[in-house]
Amino acid sequence: MTMTAYWYCFLGVLKRELLRFVQQRSRFFSALVRPLLWLVVFAAGFRAALGIAIIPPYETYITYEVYIMPGLIGMILLFNGMQSALSMVYDREMGSMRILLTSPAPRGFLLLCKLVASALVSMLQALGFILVSQLFGMDAPLSGYVWVWPAIFLSALMVGSLGLLLSSLIKQLENFAGVMNFVVFPLFFLSSALYPLWKMRESSELLYYVCAANPFTHAVELIRFSLYSTANYFSLSIVLITTIVLLSAAIVGYDPKRGIIVRKV
Amino acid sequence: MNIDTERVVRRGDTVLTIDKVCYRYGSPSSVPALDNISCRLKAGQFSALLGPNGAGKSTLFALLTRLFVPQQGTIYLFDDNLVSAAAKVLANIGVVFQQTTLDLDLTVEQNLLYHGALHGLSTKQIREKLGDELAQFNLQDRLHDKVRQLNGGHRRRLEIVRALLHDPCLLLLDEPTVGLDIESRHYLNEKVRKLCDQRNLCVLWATHLLEEIIEGDDVIIIHRGEVKVQDNSQNLCAQAAVTDLVAAFHHFTKGHV
Repeated sequence: MTMTAYWYCFLGVLKRELLRFVQQRSRFFSALVRPLLWLVVFAAGFRAALGIAIIPPYETYITYEVYIMPGLIGMILLFNGMQSALSMVYDREMGSMRILLTSPAPRGFLLLCKLVASALVSMLQALGFILVSQLFGMDAPLSGYVWVWPAIFLSALMVGSLGLLLSSLIKQLENFAGVMNFVVFPLFFLSSALYPLWKMRESSELLYYVCAANPFTHAVELIRFSLYSTANYFSLSIVLITTIVLLSAAIVGYDPKRGIIVRKV
Repeated sequence: MNIDTERVVRRGDTVLTIDKVCYRYGSPSSVPALDNISCRLKAGQFSALLGPNGAGKSTLFALLTRLFVPQQGTIYLFDDNLVSAAAKVLANIGVVFQQTTLDLDLTVEQNLLYHGALHGLSTKQIREKLGDELAQFNLQDRLHDKVRQLNGGHRRRLEIVRALLHDPCLLLLDEPTVGLDIESRHYLNEKVRKLCDQRNLCVLWATHLLEEIIEGDDVIIIHRGEVKVQDNSQNLCAQAAVTDLVAAFHHFTKGHV
Protein backbone atom coordinates (compact mmCIF):
# COMPACT_ATOMS: atom_id res chain seq x y z
CA MET A 1 0.00 0.00 0.00
CA THR A 2 1.58 3.26 -1.10
CA MET A 3 1.69 6.50 0.86
CA THR A 4 -0.11 8.18 -2.04
CA ALA A 5 -3.01 5.74 -1.69
CA TYR A 6 -3.25 6.55 2.02
CA TRP A 7 -3.22 10.25 1.18
CA TYR A 8 -6.06 9.88 -1.36
CA CYS A 9 -7.98 7.88 1.20
CA PHE A 10 -7.59 10.62 3.81
CA LEU A 11 -8.56 13.31 1.27
CA GLY A 12 -11.66 11.31 0.35
CA VAL A 13 -12.80 11.08 3.97
CA LEU A 14 -12.02 14.77 4.58
CA LYS A 15 -13.87 15.86 1.46
CA ARG A 16 -16.94 13.88 2.48
CA GLU A 17 -16.95 15.44 5.96
CA LEU A 18 -16.61 18.92 4.45
CA LEU A 19 -19.39 18.28 1.92
CA ARG A 20 -21.69 17.10 4.67
CA PHE A 21 -20.77 20.09 6.79
CA VAL A 22 -21.47 22.52 3.94
CA GLN A 23 -24.81 20.86 3.28
CA GLN A 24 -25.83 20.98 6.91
CA ARG A 25 -25.86 24.77 7.20
CA SER A 26 -28.09 24.65 10.24
CA ARG A 27 -25.34 22.69 12.00
CA PHE A 28 -22.88 25.52 11.36
CA PHE A 29 -25.31 28.20 12.52
CA SER A 30 -26.27 26.35 15.67
CA ALA A 31 -22.58 25.82 16.40
CA LEU A 32 -22.13 29.58 16.06
CA VAL A 33 -25.28 30.70 17.84
CA ARG A 34 -24.80 28.50 20.92
CA PRO A 35 -21.53 30.09 22.11
CA LEU A 36 -22.63 33.54 20.96
CA LEU A 37 -25.67 33.29 23.22
CA TRP A 38 -23.37 32.50 26.11
CA LEU A 39 -21.11 35.35 25.17
CA VAL A 40 -23.76 37.99 24.67
CA VAL A 41 -26.44 37.01 27.20
CA PHE A 42 -24.82 34.86 29.87
CA ALA A 43 -21.59 36.83 30.03
CA ALA A 44 -23.44 40.15 30.22
CA GLY A 45 -25.33 38.92 33.26
CA PHE A 46 -22.28 37.44 34.94
CA ARG A 47 -19.90 40.30 34.25
CA ALA A 48 -21.16 42.20 37.26
CA ALA A 49 -21.37 39.19 39.54
CA LEU A 50 -17.97 37.66 38.79
CA GLY A 51 -14.74 39.52 39.36
CA ILE A 52 -11.80 37.99 37.51
CA ALA A 53 -8.49 38.37 39.30
CA ILE A 54 -5.27 38.67 37.34
CA ILE A 55 -4.33 35.07 36.70
CA PRO A 56 -1.96 33.67 34.05
CA PRO A 57 -1.91 34.05 31.11
CA TYR A 58 -3.64 37.42 31.65
CA GLU A 59 -1.40 40.33 32.70
CA THR A 60 -4.15 42.76 33.51
CA TYR A 61 -7.77 42.77 34.62
CA ILE A 62 -10.01 41.36 31.94
CA THR A 63 -13.71 41.38 31.28
CA TYR A 64 -15.72 38.22 31.78
CA GLU A 65 -16.31 38.02 28.01
CA VAL A 66 -12.57 37.78 27.44
CA TYR A 67 -12.29 35.10 30.13
CA ILE A 68 -14.95 32.78 28.72
CA MET A 69 -13.82 33.07 25.08
CA PRO A 70 -11.46 30.00 25.22
CA GLY A 71 -14.16 28.07 27.06
CA LEU A 72 -16.66 28.86 24.34
CA ILE A 73 -14.19 27.76 21.66
CA GLY A 74 -13.89 24.55 23.70
CA MET A 75 -17.67 24.33 23.75
CA ILE A 76 -17.76 24.43 19.94
CA LEU A 77 -15.18 21.64 19.77
CA LEU A 78 -17.03 19.58 22.37
CA PHE A 79 -20.39 19.83 20.65
CA ASN A 80 -18.91 19.18 17.22
CA GLY A 81 -17.01 16.16 18.57
CA MET A 82 -20.29 14.75 19.88
CA GLN A 83 -22.09 15.65 16.65
CA SER A 84 -19.46 13.67 14.71
CA ALA A 85 -19.88 10.74 17.08
CA LEU A 86 -23.64 10.91 16.57
CA SER A 87 -23.19 10.92 12.81
CA MET A 88 -20.88 7.88 13.08
CA VAL A 89 -23.57 5.97 14.99
CA TYR A 90 -26.09 7.13 12.36
CA ASP A 91 -23.77 6.04 9.53
CA ARG A 92 -23.30 2.69 11.23
CA GLU A 93 -27.05 2.15 11.56
CA MET A 94 -27.76 3.38 8.03
CA GLY A 95 -25.03 1.13 6.64
CA SER A 96 -22.74 3.73 5.06
CA MET A 97 -20.07 3.02 7.70
CA ARG A 98 -19.64 -0.38 6.04
CA ILE A 99 -18.32 1.21 2.88
CA LEU A 100 -15.63 2.95 4.91
CA LEU A 101 -14.74 -0.25 6.73
CA THR A 102 -14.49 -2.37 3.57
CA SER A 103 -11.73 -0.13 2.25
CA PRO A 104 -8.38 -1.95 2.01
CA ALA A 105 -6.85 0.58 4.42
CA PRO A 106 -6.43 -0.60 8.02
CA ARG A 107 -9.41 0.09 10.27
CA GLY A 108 -7.32 2.18 12.68
CA PHE A 109 -6.20 4.43 9.85
CA LEU A 110 -9.77 4.87 8.59
CA LEU A 111 -11.01 5.84 12.05
CA LEU A 112 -8.07 8.23 12.42
CA CYS A 113 -9.03 9.83 9.08
CA LYS A 114 -12.58 10.34 10.36
CA LEU A 115 -11.24 11.86 13.55
CA VAL A 116 -8.83 14.29 11.84
CA ALA A 117 -11.49 15.29 9.29
CA SER A 118 -13.94 15.98 12.09
CA ALA A 119 -11.29 18.04 13.95
CA LEU A 120 -10.71 20.14 10.83
CA VAL A 121 -14.46 20.77 10.54
CA SER A 122 -14.44 21.85 14.21
CA MET A 123 -11.64 24.30 13.38
CA LEU A 124 -13.79 25.86 10.66
CA GLN A 125 -16.57 26.35 13.18
CA ALA A 126 -14.14 27.83 15.69
CA LEU A 127 -12.84 30.19 13.01
CA GLY A 128 -16.40 31.41 12.35
CA PHE A 129 -16.89 32.03 16.06
CA ILE A 130 -13.57 33.84 16.53
CA LEU A 131 -14.35 36.13 13.61
CA VAL A 132 -17.84 36.99 14.87
CA SER A 133 -16.67 37.35 18.46
CA GLN A 134 -14.42 40.26 17.44
CA LEU A 135 -17.62 42.29 17.49
CA PHE A 136 -18.23 41.34 21.11
CA GLY A 137 -15.00 42.29 22.81
CA MET A 138 -12.70 39.37 21.95
CA ASP A 139 -9.25 40.60 22.75
CA ALA A 140 -5.98 38.76 22.25
CA PRO A 141 -2.54 39.59 20.86
CA LEU A 142 -2.14 39.11 17.12
CA SER A 143 0.39 36.27 17.54
CA GLY A 144 -2.18 34.50 19.73
CA TYR A 145 -4.46 34.14 16.72
CA VAL A 146 -1.72 32.07 15.09
CA TRP A 147 -0.68 30.00 18.11
CA VAL A 148 -4.23 29.14 19.05
CA TRP A 149 -4.78 26.91 15.99
CA PRO A 150 -2.50 24.02 17.01
CA ALA A 151 -4.15 24.15 20.46
CA ILE A 152 -7.63 24.11 18.91
CA PHE A 153 -6.64 21.22 16.65
CA LEU A 154 -5.26 19.13 19.53
CA SER A 155 -8.28 19.88 21.71
CA ALA A 156 -10.60 18.96 18.82
CA LEU A 157 -8.71 15.66 18.46
CA MET A 158 -9.16 14.99 22.17
CA VAL A 159 -12.91 15.55 22.29
CA GLY A 160 -13.25 13.84 18.88
CA SER A 161 -11.48 10.77 20.32
CA LEU A 162 -13.94 10.78 23.18
CA GLY A 163 -16.79 10.95 20.66
CA LEU A 164 -15.25 8.11 18.67
CA LEU A 165 -14.98 5.98 21.80
CA LEU A 166 -18.58 6.76 22.75
CA SER A 167 -19.76 5.88 19.24
CA SER A 168 -17.99 2.50 19.68
CA LEU A 169 -19.75 1.89 22.96
CA ILE A 170 -23.23 3.07 22.05
CA LYS A 171 -25.41 0.29 20.74
CA GLN A 172 -28.07 2.35 19.01
CA LEU A 173 -28.88 5.88 18.02
CA GLU A 174 -31.57 6.31 20.66
CA ASN A 175 -29.00 5.89 23.43
CA PHE A 176 -27.15 8.98 22.30
CA ALA A 177 -29.39 11.38 24.23
CA GLY A 178 -27.82 10.13 27.46
CA VAL A 179 -24.43 11.30 26.22
CA MET A 180 -25.55 14.92 26.49
CA ASN A 181 -26.61 14.52 30.13
CA PHE A 182 -23.86 12.26 31.35
CA VAL A 183 -20.87 13.33 29.25
CA VAL A 184 -21.18 16.73 27.57
CA PHE A 185 -22.74 18.79 30.37
CA PRO A 186 -20.52 17.41 33.19
CA LEU A 187 -17.42 17.87 31.02
CA PHE A 188 -18.34 21.45 30.22
CA PHE A 189 -19.64 22.65 33.59
CA LEU A 190 -16.94 20.88 35.61
CA SER A 191 -14.19 22.74 33.81
CA SER A 192 -12.55 26.14 33.75
CA ALA A 193 -14.60 27.15 30.71
CA LEU A 194 -17.02 29.43 32.57
CA TYR A 195 -15.24 30.24 35.82
CA PRO A 196 -11.63 30.11 36.99
CA LEU A 197 -10.78 27.14 39.16
CA TRP A 198 -9.81 29.29 42.15
CA LYS A 199 -13.42 30.52 42.23
CA MET A 200 -14.60 26.94 42.25
CA ARG A 201 -12.19 26.15 45.11
CA GLU A 202 -13.74 28.90 47.20
CA SER A 203 -17.09 27.13 47.08
CA SER A 204 -16.05 23.45 47.10
CA GLU A 205 -12.65 21.83 47.45
CA LEU A 206 -13.99 18.55 46.05
CA LEU A 207 -15.45 20.17 42.95
CA TYR A 208 -12.18 21.99 42.45
CA TYR A 209 -10.27 18.69 42.30
CA VAL A 210 -12.86 17.19 39.97
CA CYS A 211 -12.52 20.22 37.66
CA ALA A 212 -8.73 20.09 37.83
CA ALA A 213 -8.79 16.42 36.83
CA ASN A 214 -11.19 17.02 33.94
CA PRO A 215 -9.23 16.76 30.65
CA PHE A 216 -11.61 19.31 29.09
CA THR A 217 -10.32 21.88 31.63
CA HIS A 218 -6.85 21.34 30.18
CA ALA A 219 -8.11 21.65 26.61
CA VAL A 220 -9.65 25.01 27.54
CA GLU A 221 -6.48 26.12 29.37
CA LEU A 222 -4.34 25.07 26.42
CA ILE A 223 -6.48 27.25 24.15
CA ARG A 224 -6.47 30.10 26.69
CA PHE A 225 -2.66 30.14 27.06
CA SER A 226 -2.12 29.75 23.28
CA LEU A 227 -4.34 32.76 22.65
CA TYR A 228 -1.78 34.75 24.63
CA SER A 229 1.17 33.03 22.93
CA THR A 230 2.10 31.33 26.17
CA ALA A 231 2.99 27.66 26.47
CA ASN A 232 1.15 25.53 29.00
CA TYR A 233 3.10 22.28 28.89
CA PHE A 234 1.11 20.66 31.66
CA SER A 235 -2.22 21.10 29.87
CA LEU A 236 -0.58 20.12 26.57
CA SER A 237 0.64 16.84 28.13
CA ILE A 238 -2.78 16.06 29.60
CA VAL A 239 -4.51 16.74 26.28
CA LEU A 240 -2.01 14.60 24.35
CA ILE A 241 -2.12 11.69 26.80
CA THR A 242 -5.93 11.78 26.96
CA THR A 243 -6.15 11.81 23.16
CA ILE A 244 -3.82 8.83 22.82
CA VAL A 245 -5.64 6.81 25.49
CA LEU A 246 -9.16 7.56 24.17
CA LEU A 247 -8.20 7.06 20.53
CA SER A 248 -6.46 3.74 21.23
CA ALA A 249 -9.46 2.53 23.22
CA ALA A 250 -11.82 3.62 20.41
CA ILE A 251 -9.81 1.85 17.71
CA VAL A 252 -9.33 -1.35 19.71
CA GLY A 253 -12.95 -1.33 20.85
CA TYR A 254 -14.55 -0.43 17.52
CA ASP A 255 -16.87 -3.23 16.59
CA PRO A 256 -18.75 -3.05 13.28
CA LYS A 257 -20.96 -5.89 14.54
CA ARG A 258 -22.85 -3.48 16.80
CA GLY A 259 -24.84 -1.82 14.05
CA ILE A 260 -25.36 -5.06 12.19
CA ILE A 261 -26.61 -6.97 15.22
CA VAL A 262 -28.95 -4.15 16.19
CA ARG A 263 -30.47 -4.23 12.71
CA LYS A 264 -30.84 -7.99 12.83
CA VAL A 265 -32.68 -7.77 16.17
CA MET B 1 -4.67 -0.16 -2.04
CA ASN B 2 -4.09 -0.34 -5.76
CA ILE B 3 -2.61 -3.69 -4.89
CA ASP B 4 -2.05 -6.50 -7.28
CA THR B 5 -3.95 -4.88 -10.12
CA GLU B 6 -1.64 -6.62 -12.61
CA ARG B 7 -2.96 -10.10 -11.78
CA VAL B 8 -4.10 -11.96 -14.89
CA VAL B 9 -7.22 -13.94 -14.11
CA ARG B 10 -8.23 -16.75 -16.44
CA ARG B 11 -11.74 -18.10 -16.70
CA GLY B 12 -12.10 -21.02 -14.32
CA ASP B 13 -9.32 -19.93 -11.95
CA THR B 14 -10.32 -20.38 -8.33
CA VAL B 15 -10.88 -16.88 -6.96
CA LEU B 16 -12.49 -17.41 -3.57
CA THR B 17 -11.94 -20.31 -1.21
CA ILE B 18 -13.95 -20.56 1.98
CA ASP B 19 -12.48 -23.29 4.12
CA LYS B 20 -14.30 -24.67 7.17
CA VAL B 21 -15.45 -21.28 8.41
CA CYS B 22 -17.43 -20.98 11.65
CA TYR B 23 -19.05 -17.95 13.21
CA ARG B 24 -21.25 -17.45 16.26
CA TYR B 25 -22.81 -14.18 17.43
CA GLY B 26 -22.94 -15.12 21.09
CA SER B 27 -21.02 -17.38 23.44
CA PRO B 28 -19.18 -20.51 22.21
CA SER B 29 -22.20 -22.57 23.27
CA SER B 30 -24.68 -20.55 21.18
CA VAL B 31 -26.11 -21.82 17.91
CA PRO B 32 -23.58 -21.06 15.15
CA ALA B 33 -24.65 -18.60 12.45
CA LEU B 34 -22.19 -20.37 10.15
CA ASP B 35 -21.05 -23.87 10.93
CA ASN B 36 -17.99 -25.29 9.22
CA ILE B 37 -18.86 -23.99 5.76
CA SER B 38 -16.63 -24.56 2.75
CA CYS B 39 -16.97 -23.64 -0.92
CA ARG B 40 -15.00 -22.40 -3.90
CA LEU B 41 -15.92 -19.78 -6.48
CA LYS B 42 -14.30 -19.39 -9.89
CA ALA B 43 -13.49 -16.56 -12.28
CA GLY B 44 -16.15 -15.93 -14.94
CA GLN B 45 -18.67 -17.87 -12.89
CA PHE B 46 -22.03 -16.58 -11.67
CA SER B 47 -22.69 -18.23 -8.31
CA ALA B 48 -26.07 -17.89 -6.65
CA LEU B 49 -26.21 -18.14 -2.89
CA LEU B 50 -29.62 -19.43 -1.87
CA GLY B 51 -31.01 -19.79 1.59
CA PRO B 52 -34.03 -19.01 3.72
CA ASN B 53 -34.08 -16.02 6.06
CA GLY B 54 -31.56 -16.48 8.85
CA ALA B 55 -29.61 -19.09 6.92
CA GLY B 56 -26.36 -17.15 7.35
CA LYS B 57 -26.05 -15.34 4.00
CA SER B 58 -25.52 -11.85 5.41
CA THR B 59 -23.15 -13.20 8.05
CA LEU B 60 -21.12 -14.77 5.27
CA PHE B 61 -21.02 -11.42 3.43
CA ALA B 62 -19.85 -9.68 6.60
CA LEU B 63 -17.05 -12.26 6.91
CA LEU B 64 -16.07 -11.92 3.26
CA THR B 65 -15.73 -8.16 3.65
CA ARG B 66 -13.76 -8.30 6.93
CA LEU B 67 -16.55 -6.69 8.93
CA PHE B 68 -16.42 -9.87 11.00
CA VAL B 69 -13.44 -12.14 11.52
CA PRO B 70 -13.96 -15.93 11.24
CA GLN B 71 -13.72 -17.65 14.62
CA GLN B 72 -12.55 -20.79 12.87
CA GLY B 73 -11.47 -21.60 9.35
CA THR B 74 -9.96 -19.42 6.64
CA ILE B 75 -11.04 -17.39 3.66
CA TYR B 76 -8.68 -16.98 0.70
CA LEU B 77 -8.86 -14.76 -2.32
CA PHE B 78 -6.53 -16.54 -4.75
CA ASP B 79 -3.71 -17.46 -2.32
CA ASP B 80 -4.16 -14.54 0.03
CA ASN B 81 -5.68 -15.00 3.46
CA LEU B 82 -8.41 -12.44 4.22
CA VAL B 83 -7.19 -12.01 7.80
CA SER B 84 -3.42 -11.83 7.31
CA ALA B 85 -3.45 -10.07 3.92
CA ALA B 86 -6.64 -8.05 4.36
CA ALA B 87 -5.54 -5.03 2.32
CA LYS B 88 -4.62 -7.15 -0.69
CA VAL B 89 -7.85 -9.13 -0.51
CA LEU B 90 -10.20 -6.18 0.03
CA ALA B 91 -8.61 -4.27 -2.84
CA ASN B 92 -9.92 -7.06 -5.08
CA ILE B 93 -13.45 -7.26 -3.71
CA GLY B 94 -16.45 -5.18 -4.77
CA VAL B 95 -19.53 -5.39 -2.61
CA VAL B 96 -23.19 -4.43 -2.74
CA PHE B 97 -24.79 -4.87 0.65
CA GLN B 98 -28.42 -5.78 1.20
CA GLN B 99 -29.06 -2.38 2.79
CA THR B 100 -28.31 0.69 0.69
CA THR B 101 -25.00 2.22 1.76
CA LEU B 102 -25.02 5.31 -0.47
CA ASP B 103 -24.82 8.79 0.96
CA LEU B 104 -28.21 10.16 -0.05
CA ASP B 105 -27.27 13.84 0.29
CA LEU B 106 -24.22 13.59 -1.95
CA THR B 107 -24.35 13.49 -5.72
CA VAL B 108 -23.70 10.38 -7.79
CA GLU B 109 -20.23 11.69 -8.63
CA GLN B 110 -19.41 12.58 -5.01
CA ASN B 111 -20.42 9.09 -3.86
CA LEU B 112 -18.19 7.50 -6.47
CA LEU B 113 -15.26 9.82 -5.75
CA TYR B 114 -15.54 8.95 -2.06
CA HIS B 115 -15.53 5.23 -2.73
CA GLY B 116 -12.62 5.49 -5.18
CA ALA B 117 -10.61 7.49 -2.65
CA LEU B 118 -11.20 4.79 -0.03
CA HIS B 119 -9.55 2.40 -2.47
CA GLY B 120 -6.57 4.73 -2.93
CA LEU B 121 -7.59 6.11 -6.34
CA SER B 122 -6.99 9.74 -7.27
CA THR B 123 -9.83 11.98 -8.45
CA LYS B 124 -8.30 11.94 -11.94
CA GLN B 125 -8.16 8.12 -12.04
CA ILE B 126 -11.77 7.87 -10.88
CA ARG B 127 -13.04 10.49 -13.35
CA GLU B 128 -11.36 8.60 -16.20
CA LYS B 129 -13.40 5.51 -15.32
CA LEU B 130 -16.67 7.10 -14.27
CA GLY B 131 -18.13 7.76 -17.69
CA ASP B 132 -17.76 4.21 -19.03
CA GLU B 133 -18.93 2.54 -15.84
CA LEU B 134 -22.00 4.77 -15.52
CA ALA B 135 -22.81 4.31 -19.20
CA GLN B 136 -22.84 0.52 -18.67
CA PHE B 137 -25.82 1.10 -16.38
CA ASN B 138 -27.40 4.05 -18.25
CA LEU B 139 -26.60 6.45 -15.44
CA GLN B 140 -24.28 8.79 -17.35
CA ASP B 141 -26.84 11.62 -17.26
CA ARG B 142 -27.30 11.40 -13.49
CA LEU B 143 -23.72 12.26 -12.53
CA HIS B 144 -24.59 15.52 -10.78
CA ASP B 145 -27.91 14.42 -9.32
CA LYS B 146 -28.18 13.79 -5.61
CA VAL B 147 -28.66 10.13 -4.79
CA ARG B 148 -31.86 11.08 -2.96
CA GLN B 149 -33.32 11.97 -6.38
CA LEU B 150 -32.67 8.49 -7.82
CA ASN B 151 -35.30 5.77 -7.68
CA GLY B 152 -34.61 2.44 -5.98
CA GLY B 153 -33.54 0.71 -9.20
CA HIS B 154 -31.10 3.46 -10.13
CA ARG B 155 -29.64 3.47 -6.61
CA ARG B 156 -28.94 -0.24 -6.94
CA ARG B 157 -27.33 0.31 -10.33
CA LEU B 158 -25.17 3.02 -8.80
CA GLU B 159 -24.12 0.68 -6.01
CA ILE B 160 -22.98 -1.85 -8.58
CA VAL B 161 -21.08 0.84 -10.51
CA ARG B 162 -19.43 1.84 -7.25
CA ALA B 163 -18.54 -1.75 -6.41
CA LEU B 164 -16.84 -2.12 -9.81
CA LEU B 165 -14.96 1.18 -9.75
CA HIS B 166 -11.70 -0.27 -8.42
CA ASP B 167 -11.69 -3.27 -10.83
CA PRO B 168 -12.34 -6.08 -8.36
CA CYS B 169 -11.96 -9.75 -9.25
CA LEU B 170 -14.78 -10.77 -6.92
CA LEU B 171 -18.18 -9.07 -6.87
CA LEU B 172 -20.42 -9.77 -3.88
CA LEU B 173 -24.10 -8.86 -4.07
CA ASP B 174 -26.32 -9.47 -1.06
CA GLU B 175 -29.92 -9.64 -2.28
CA PRO B 176 -29.37 -6.71 -4.67
CA THR B 177 -32.87 -6.88 -6.15
CA VAL B 178 -34.84 -6.68 -2.91
CA GLY B 179 -37.65 -4.14 -3.23
CA LEU B 180 -37.22 -3.65 -6.99
CA ASP B 181 -39.86 -4.15 -9.65
CA ILE B 182 -39.62 -7.09 -12.07
CA GLU B 183 -38.12 -5.01 -14.86
CA SER B 184 -35.36 -3.58 -12.67
CA ARG B 185 -34.63 -7.03 -11.29
CA HIS B 186 -34.19 -8.48 -14.77
CA TYR B 187 -32.09 -5.52 -15.84
CA LEU B 188 -29.67 -5.84 -12.93
CA ASN B 189 -29.43 -9.60 -13.17
CA GLU B 190 -28.68 -9.51 -16.89
CA LYS B 191 -26.17 -6.68 -16.58
CA VAL B 192 -24.23 -8.43 -13.86
CA ARG B 193 -24.18 -11.68 -15.85
CA LYS B 194 -22.85 -9.78 -18.86
CA LEU B 195 -20.10 -8.15 -16.79
CA CYS B 196 -19.26 -11.49 -15.23
CA ASP B 197 -18.74 -12.90 -18.72
CA GLN B 198 -16.94 -9.90 -20.25
CA ARG B 199 -14.56 -9.25 -17.36
CA ASN B 200 -14.07 -12.77 -16.05
CA LEU B 201 -15.59 -11.56 -12.81
CA CYS B 202 -16.33 -14.00 -10.05
CA VAL B 203 -19.85 -13.14 -8.87
CA LEU B 204 -21.57 -14.24 -5.68
CA TRP B 205 -25.24 -13.24 -5.86
CA ALA B 206 -27.29 -13.92 -2.72
CA THR B 207 -31.02 -14.16 -3.36
CA HIS B 208 -34.35 -15.59 -2.30
CA LEU B 209 -35.70 -15.38 -5.84
CA LEU B 210 -35.18 -18.61 -7.73
CA GLU B 211 -36.17 -16.99 -11.02
CA GLU B 212 -32.89 -15.06 -10.87
CA ILE B 213 -31.01 -18.31 -11.41
CA ILE B 214 -30.58 -19.71 -14.89
CA GLU B 215 -29.47 -23.06 -16.23
CA GLY B 216 -25.75 -23.61 -15.77
CA ASP B 217 -25.36 -21.26 -12.82
CA ASP B 218 -23.31 -22.43 -9.89
CA VAL B 219 -25.74 -22.71 -6.97
CA ILE B 220 -24.84 -22.81 -3.29
CA ILE B 221 -27.67 -23.66 -0.91
CA ILE B 222 -27.07 -22.60 2.66
CA HIS B 223 -29.39 -23.60 5.48
CA ARG B 224 -29.07 -23.16 9.23
CA GLY B 225 -25.50 -22.03 8.83
CA GLU B 226 -24.39 -24.99 6.75
CA VAL B 227 -23.64 -25.31 3.04
CA LYS B 228 -26.04 -28.05 2.05
CA VAL B 229 -24.87 -28.33 -1.53
CA GLN B 230 -22.83 -26.56 -4.21
CA ASP B 231 -23.23 -27.58 -7.82
CA ASN B 232 -24.58 -26.30 -11.10
CA SER B 233 -28.33 -25.99 -11.29
CA GLN B 234 -28.89 -29.09 -13.44
CA ASN B 235 -26.74 -31.37 -11.27
CA LEU B 236 -28.45 -29.99 -8.21
CA CYS B 237 -31.86 -31.04 -9.52
CA ALA B 238 -30.44 -34.43 -10.44
CA GLN B 239 -29.03 -34.89 -6.94
CA ALA B 240 -32.41 -34.10 -5.43
CA ALA B 241 -34.14 -36.30 -8.05
CA VAL B 242 -36.48 -33.46 -8.98
CA THR B 243 -37.11 -31.53 -12.16
CA ASP B 244 -37.01 -27.91 -11.05
CA LEU B 245 -34.98 -25.69 -8.79
CA VAL B 246 -37.89 -24.86 -6.46
CA ALA B 247 -38.30 -28.53 -5.61
CA ALA B 248 -34.53 -28.94 -5.28
CA PHE B 249 -34.40 -25.99 -2.89
CA HIS B 250 -37.15 -27.51 -0.74
CA HIS B 251 -35.35 -30.83 -0.81
CA PHE B 252 -32.12 -29.35 0.52
CA THR B 253 -33.79 -27.10 3.09
CA LYS B 254 -36.24 -29.65 4.45
CA GLY B 255 -37.62 -28.75 7.82
CA HIS B 256 -37.42 -25.04 7.14
CA VAL B 257 -40.57 -23.24 8.26
